[in-house]
Amino acid sequence: MLKTSHAAHRDLSLPIEQPVTRPDTKAQVVIRPLPAQARFSLRLNEADLEGAQTAAGVTLDIPINTRSGSAERSSIRLGPNEWLLTGPYDDAEVIASQIDAALSGRFYTLVDVSHRNVGITVSGRRAAEVLNSGCPLDLAEAAFPTGMATRTLMGKAEIVLMRLDDTPTYQVECWRSFSTYVRDYLIEAAREFEPSIA
Amino acid sequence: MLLVTCPYCGPRPEIEFRCGGEAHIARPAEPSKLSDKEWAEFLFVRTNAKGVFAERWNHAHGCQRWFNALRDTASDRFIQTYKVGEKRPDRTPGQERL
Amino acid sequence: MDQAYRLPEGGRIDRKKPVSISFNGQTVQGYAGDTVASALLANGIHLVARSFKYHRPRGIVTHGSDEPNALLDVDRGRGRSDPNNRATVVEVFNGLAVASQNHWPSLDFDVGEVNDLLSPVIVSGFYYKTFMWPRTFWTKVYEPRIRAAAGLGRAPTVADPDRYQYRHAHCDVLVVGSGPAGLTAALAASESGKRVIIVDEQAELGGSLLHDVTSLIDGIPAQDWVRQAVDTLDSRANVVVLPRTTAFGYYNHNHIALAERVTDHLADPSSNLPRERLWQVRAKQVVLATGSHERPLVFADNDRPGIMLAESVRAFINRYGVAPGRQIVFATSGASAYTAAADAKAAGLAVSVVDVRSEAECGPEVAQLRSMGCEVLTGHTVVASRGRKRVTGLIVAPVSADGRVGARRTLRCDCVGMSGGWTPAIHLFSQSRAKARYEPSLDAFVPGTSVQAERSVGAAKGAYQLGECLRQGWMAGAEAAEHVSERTFDATNSPAGFKPVRVLPTDVNPKRLRAFVDFQNDVTAKDIRLAVREGFESIEHVKRYTTTGMATDQGKTSNMNALGLVAGTLDRPIPAVGTTTFRLPYTPTTFGAFVGPSRHHLFDPIRTTPIHEWAAAHGAEFENVGLWKRAWYFPKAGEDMHAAMARECKAARTSVGIFDASTLGKIEVVGPDAAEFMNRIYTNAWLKLEPGKCRYGLMLKEDGYIMDDGVVARLAHDRFHVTTTTGGAPRVLAHMEDYLQTEWPDLKVFLTSITEQYAVIALQGPKAREVIEPLVTDIDLSPGAFPHMSVRTGFICGIPCRLFRVSFTGELGFEINVPSDYGQSVWEAIFERGKPFGITPYGTETMHVLRAEKGFIIVGQETDGTVTPDDLGLSGLIAKTKPDFVGKRSLSRPDIVSAGRKQLVGLVTDNPNEVLEEGAQIVMDPNQTIPMRMVGHVTSSYWSSNCDRSIALALLAGGRSRMGSRVYVTTPTGFTTAKICEPVFFDPAGERVNA
Repeated sequence: MLKTSHAAHRDLSLPIEQPVTRPDTKAQVVIRPLPAQARFSLRLNEADLEGAQTAAGVTLDIPINTRSGSAERSSIRLGPNEWLLTGPYDDAEVIASQIDAALSGRFYTLVDVSHRNVGITVSGRRAAEVLNSGCPLDLAEAAFPTGMATRTLMGKAEIVLMRLDDTPTYQVECWRSFSTYVRDYLIEAAREFEPSIA
Repeated sequence: MLLVTCPYCGPRPEIEFRCGGEAHIARPAEPSKLSDKEWAEFLFVRTNAKGVFAERWNHAHGCQRWFNALRDTASDRFIQTYKVGEKRPDRTPGQERL
Repeated sequence: MDQAYRLPEGGRIDRKKPVSISFNGQTVQGYAGDTVASALLANGIHLVARSFKYHRPRGIVTHGSDEPNALLDVDRGRGRSDPNNRATVVEVFNGLAVASQNHWPSLDFDVGEVNDLLSPVIVSGFYYKTFMWPRTFWTKVYEPRIRAAAGLGRAPTVADPDRYQYRHAHCDVLVVGSGPAGLTAALAASESGKRVIIVDEQAELGGSLLHDVTSLIDGIPAQDWVRQAVDTLDSRANVVVLPRTTAFGYYNHNHIALAERVTDHLADPSSNLPRERLWQVRAKQVVLATGSHERPLVFADNDRPGIMLAESVRAFINRYGVAPGRQIVFATSGASAYTAAADAKAAGLAVSVVDVRSEAECGPEVAQLRSMGCEVLTGHTVVASRGRKRVTGLIVAPVSADGRVGARRTLRCDCVGMSGGWTPAIHLFSQSRAKARYEPSLDAFVPGTSVQAERSVGAAKGAYQLGECLRQGWMAGAEAAEHVSERTFDATNSPAGFKPVRVLPTDVNPKRLRAFVDFQNDVTAKDIRLAVREGFESIEHVKRYTTTGMATDQGKTSNMNALGLVAGTLDRPIPAVGTTTFRLPYTPTTFGAFVGPSRHHLFDPIRTTPIHEWAAAHGAEFENVGLWKRAWYFPKAGEDMHAAMARECKAARTSVGIFDASTLGKIEVVGPDAAEFMNRIYTNAWLKLEPGKCRYGLMLKEDGYIMDDGVVARLAHDRFHVTTTTGGAPRVLAHMEDYLQTEWPDLKVFLTSITEQYAVIALQGPKAREVIEPLVTDIDLSPGAFPHMSVRTGFICGIPCRLFRVSFTGELGFEINVPSDYGQSVWEAIFERGKPFGITPYGTETMHVLRAEKGFIIVGQETDGTVTPDDLGLSGLIAKTKPDFVGKRSLSRPDIVSAGRKQLVGLVTDNPNEVLEEGAQIVMDPNQTIPMRMVGHVTSSYWSSNCDRSIALALLAGGRSRMGSRVYVTTPTGFTTAKICEPVFFDPAGERVNA
């Protein structure tokens, strides 16, 4: 995507060098801003999913509000005709061309939102309680198992919340300008469990 | 706070939604053919029912889809939610679910 | 103090952990486990308050959250002060300071007590009757004086230093209350593995069993049974136990609000802990085991310190090991007080009982107590109490079946335990919108049919027998969890049942009778009867007229007595009088709990742009635009806003200015029907706009008024890059989605917000092209190849960009869209490159001035939701050939085409140095009579350094036909004069933009 002679450099919305909390195994909750990722908003009518169950290495034909794939490539189905696709930042062009190839002939739209969203992971024994400070959803195992992903709220900010693994690790995605609010809201909620938070 | 059953996402808290007022008021296909009175009625006049009422909801902080709901405005109970384009279910007030 | 009234043994306090607190500056000793009330009583302190209206000495009436009298100011140190805390629920810790309220100069000597002497005058409705004339005194004299004299505690004066948190939670069964019924409900519900939350307002689970030292449950003492039950619940991973947590609100669809007090009982809590946590619980099923409240007896001077509820005497003795007195008279109309009396006797205190019931109306409890050596006077009434700041005796007399009162006799005492029966706590049930039902056998309202997934059990449902409470709780818990489990409990039955008596029979002249129904509001039986005589028949009206049942306790102890009195006076059955609505919160809830973490930097999201850091580092002042922080102006050393703006404005017109436009809303509209969709949403025509071209788009609501505007670029045949106003971005996207999903679902187009995908750098001024030329690749910037209102994609500083040639200033301008993470870096590169040209960063204020000089509107400033395109002179933007678009039909509505609508004009003041006020009203003749006919208002007004004078835009009735006329514009001191002109002040030919 970049030309070789680029003079400009990136300034991420949230610094990623340091996790906000101690990363040691005893920590009850660890909050960590994520590095840059490639992200696309894919829109495709449900009827056009037939014959295009997979694209760009991820499964599209998954239930609404679930996520499939790996840390490398994932598809998150946010609604009947909306997916958030993610992958390594440098794969952006590859992902776009793979989607184009897989969906050609259908009506779909693909919009690059790599810079729109910011990701933060929240993991550890107390992660769900911390998230439930601002998120009104039921995050119990039965209601929000690994693989669940949905748009919802964190305090006054809209987020996409997904559960990545059984640690549990959750990923919170929000728009860039809300990222300090969301991070600080999580830090404030985590403080009682993780007094090491600065 | 209401618990609203989005036809796509299931039961979700009211703060994820926006209510869009009365449902099943289609935009006239050819507005220019309407008299001023007819147009004003389309724009401004709503039923404001006490009891079962069909209304528009948008899962704004969820799947962002619009859908319709039958809600009893007196008890706030939802009788049913259904997708845009589906017919208003034929329900009477006795059939509300808790 | 030496805790002279602490019993030698017993209670759940920890005698190994002495605690000292201060009360009105005096040190008071107690033990861990005490409440402030039990610690004060352990030291013989009964006088703790002055009453609201008459400033009568008052003591502790209850042992729980229903306390009407003992309201204290609590100071936990370091700015943590809080008025109107009930002494009966505040837990002690070392260093806690409490103080009584509502007196001057002291609790012991309060001059306000003069009100008590005036009580024949200050009857209910006194204020309404007295402070009627003259009308001018209402707001200036009466209200401020009365307000100053009224009120209880003092609000804290410093910001709350504590943290507060929220928690959303879900469960299968929420159990409210942890007395016998609540505990068995939670045990049964959790047996199934379902998720259970059990909450109780007290520090420990157990409810009434915490002060029951005689009952056996399944063969073991009740308190041991409680311990086992709590251990079982604690051991179950599916149970959340929340003590010190009040379920204060029952909302729709089983949404329950809880206030958890996390640190109030701790002497030195960690600063990482929230003081309180507001829980919002969504429960599939709710079990309400909220217990019941004991009623006081209504007799003359029943409010003396030392007179309390009978069950509370029992609680202080058994739970806290405190003797509320050494010589206690129990006055009762029912059986439960005998249990309290027996416990007091067993604790070694002198006990006698006065029972208004005849011997025949009583049960075996009388004989049992007599066998313990206590005097029991059945068929006796209480005529009055003796004493002033502490009860010293009770005047009793025999009463015949027809109410005749016999010879008086005084029982000496230092404490009275009274019991007028019991009232189920149906507050939450009632909040759930269900209707209560009057049950004559209980003389109380009990839960009727549930309207939500809820069950009431135990005393909350009118079950006063321990075994029955345990059984009901278990059954409800099991049913709520859909878990089949039968259990019976073998429990001691305590005597229950009472005879409802509204006002005890008396020989006192009713006009002089000071028998209190509502302690907190100083409402007497006489007040309520007066209200009824004056025609207030609905209990809701009586409540408001007399104030009975209002304030912090909401009449928990007084409601049924008041209701019974009204019904009796009207000679109607209680259901015909009705009951007042139980409103939330159940008990007072702090503002902090509601506010939660939403304070300071978390009050609202503070949205910043990718270029924010640069602006902050370069001294920008910021303004709030919606949730955004936008650079407002960039003052240099010594500059004020005016000077900075003047400099910035000049720079943009003479060399080049750079502006952060990242907050503009951006929507990507994509699909084969994208142009058709745009055609229907905007007033303009889009089908023929070529890819690579831009157009200024105007959007209406269906009612024909302007909703938003912005430049739209067609990137490709099927792809538009739409910009919106900063504040309108979410609204516009929602508007578009609504039409797309619900009106035109057949259109093949999708919408995606890209507001935050791109940082937008606006470069405006004659030197703009020269500045970016060396940085841009793959785009021919020459005017011929890239004219005004075009868009190209290419690279800047090696970064892919969408480059717009647009202008909101009237100058040669570019808006450079780069992926957000590169925004600041590209900005810096441009800034560096622009230095030789004198590149000047400018903020929103300069942006506003530059566009006003050109007469460009701002939606929300020149429009207010009632302004049409024609009002602004923008009829040219309405595609005449389109048969329809959103709002088109409304543009021919009669009131929109009528003459005399306000139209956009320019105003120039006669004094060029005078800057009008935005929002100022305009009149044609300042000498007309008031109210004047206002013909318009100023929408924008600035000092223009480029015009070297002030300029203004205004909406003015028939404005376009009044060019050149003089108008009068209001100023803070009067009027000033201005002349109507075309709303363009700079470069009217518009040539500079094509440079």
